[in-house]
Amino acid sequence: MSGAIADPLVRPLITPEGVDLRVKLAAVSERAVALITDLAIIVGILVALLFVVLGVLSAMQIEGGGAAALIVWLLGFFVLRNFYFTLFECGARAATPGKRLMGLRVAARDGGVLSADAVVARNAMRELELYLPVSFLVQRGAEIDAWIILAGIVWCGIFVLFPLFNRDKLRAGDLIAGTWVLRTPKPVLLPDLVEALPTAQTLFAFSAAQLGVYGVKELQVLENVLRVGEANSVEAVAVRIRTKIRWTKRPDEEDVAFLNAYYAALRQHLEHRLLFGRRKLDKHDAN
Amino acid sequence: MNETNLRSLRFRREREASWRHLEALLLQVERRSANSLSDDDMVAFPALYRAALSSLSVARETSLDQALIDYLEALCARAYFFVYGARMTLLGRIEQFFKRDWPAAVLDLWRETLASGLLILAGAIVAYALVTTEPGWYSSFVPEDLAGGRDTSASTESLRETLYTDVDASSALGVFATFLFTHNAQIALFAFALGFAFCVPSALLLAYQGCMLGAMIALFASHGLGYEFTGWIFIHGVTELFAVTLAGAAGLRIGWSIAFPGVLTRVAAAERAGRQGAIVMLGVVVMLFFAGLLEGVARQVITSDVIRWSVAIGTGTAWALYFYSPRGHEAV
Repeated sequence: MSGAIADPLVRPLITPEGVDLRVKLAAVSERAVALITDLAIIVGILVALLFVVLGVLSAMQIEGGGAAALIVWLLGFFVLRNFYFTLFECGARAATPGKRLMGLRVAARDGGVLSADAVVARNAMRELELYLPVSFLVQRGAEIDAWIILAGIVWCGIFVLFPLFNRDKLRAGDLIAGTWVLRTPKPVLLPDLVEALPTAQTLFAFSAAQLGVYGVKELQVLENVLRVGEANSVEAVAVRIRTKIRWTKRPDEEDVAFLNAYYAALRQHLEHRLLFGRRKLDKHDAN
Repeated sequence: MNETNLRSLRFRREREASWRHLEALLLQVERRSANSLSDDDMVAFPALYRAALSSLSVARETSLDQALIDYLEALCARAYFFVYGARMTLLGRIEQFFKRDWPAAVLDLWRETLASGLLILAGAIVAYALVTTEPGWYSSFVPEDLAGGRDTSASTESLRETLYTDVDASSALGVFATFLFTHNAQIALFAFALGFAFCVPSALLLAYQGCMLGAMIALFASHGLGYEFTGWIFIHGVTELFAVTLAGAAGLRIGWSIAFPGVLTRVAAAERAGRQGAIVMLGVVVMLFFAGLLEGVARQVITSDVIRWSVAIGTGTAWALYFYSPRGHEAV
């Protein structure tokens, strides 16, 4: 029944009202960018803090700036490392600034409330997935130590690469916390194409046969081409459609105007059929 | 053009204002907080959410404007997470945590706690025995940066001095103290996280912590400072070791659940153990903070061995009573 094209990242989420929200999982690449952004923010905060403390100390002419700097660095890193992610993910948006930037959020896998416990669990595992491998990477050793470090890196690799090897892109922390990371982009309502690009429909009268060629999938591809508005693809698509529906081009006919008119007519045609419960999925669908 | 022909466009025009309203409220809630909504908006929110949800259902069945469906899906998902998000006040959650969740979670982990406690004890005994018979073992148990000059070459006087001298925050020793605190807290987190790998690394880490403790006790005992040193370390060490033990226990439970999930699937078993472990870990952070206070303040102020020992015993008893004393079953 559903006309949605099967997307490997879409998961059902049924609200108590009985509507499937079809949420989309975040791609591993998006999460990696979010993580790198967050780490950059953490380092930025630490450096800024360091400058403030050193500035205050030197302004008050207090000795021992080096030791104070080290304490600030150790404590600051400890606090940020353990609380930065947890605090942000406990908020209303359930996302760190990096995740917000990428339009992601943490959610409970069962669709219920994301508890603080789950957030703590998923971030405590970061020790194993992020900081331990990094500490192995910066270690140097010779002979037997080198082999131990290498074994450690390989062993950590299992946890670092965990999200790449399961269907739901869970990292180890998500697994034990019962969470996953979803895409919840800011809703942006684009103008309706039919309204945004009105054309004189009287110039373009399509027959039922000409409209019966394509289905929903082609309509959406056409919508995409028109929204992007790239000249080459507009021309190519216009040529293809004209050939397919045997439409003779008038001398003053513009490609965009033709496509707009065909889009409006095709959508009306297909939506009209929808009302009778007949959804033509694509051009191969006999419905 | 003849607009009235396109039903989906009419549909959109009729409802767009209410979607925009919901979008604006959502933005306000996410930027600031739920409290920033006026009373009217608060009442309107769920109604707007349900209206958007019903629009989504209708649009999926009747509209072929993909951009519209994408918009409604994004809008409804975000509104859903707000409408069905956590509804408990922070204060209520904290109270429930200390009154019920934390002690219950710790009590439930008693087997693992016992096991991880025994691991630390075993490590301590082995290291103590080894260092007592052959002091050369000391450096294998205690890394140089953690020893801070407390090694086999130190004289009795300098060792005694480390137990009773005030730590000046701006000195190198202050850095060392900060380092120790963050180090110990990280050890606790590690003990938890490593449990995921079928318990073994957690168990090793716990035993190693015991080894360090045992080796240090042996060093000080060989200079006749055993009683003084244990007082110095246990004034905060009771709380800290208990915290590490609990973290290790939570880690062991996770590893155990993954290895032997019983009737549940492995993922479900890991999830259950993980959530329970997280409650314990939240408490462990509190305990470590408390231990840090004892270490940073109480140990500097109190230099009497007897009082140090009584604080150690007192905190140990208090934690044990808090976690393990029987309490009536409350309605959940």
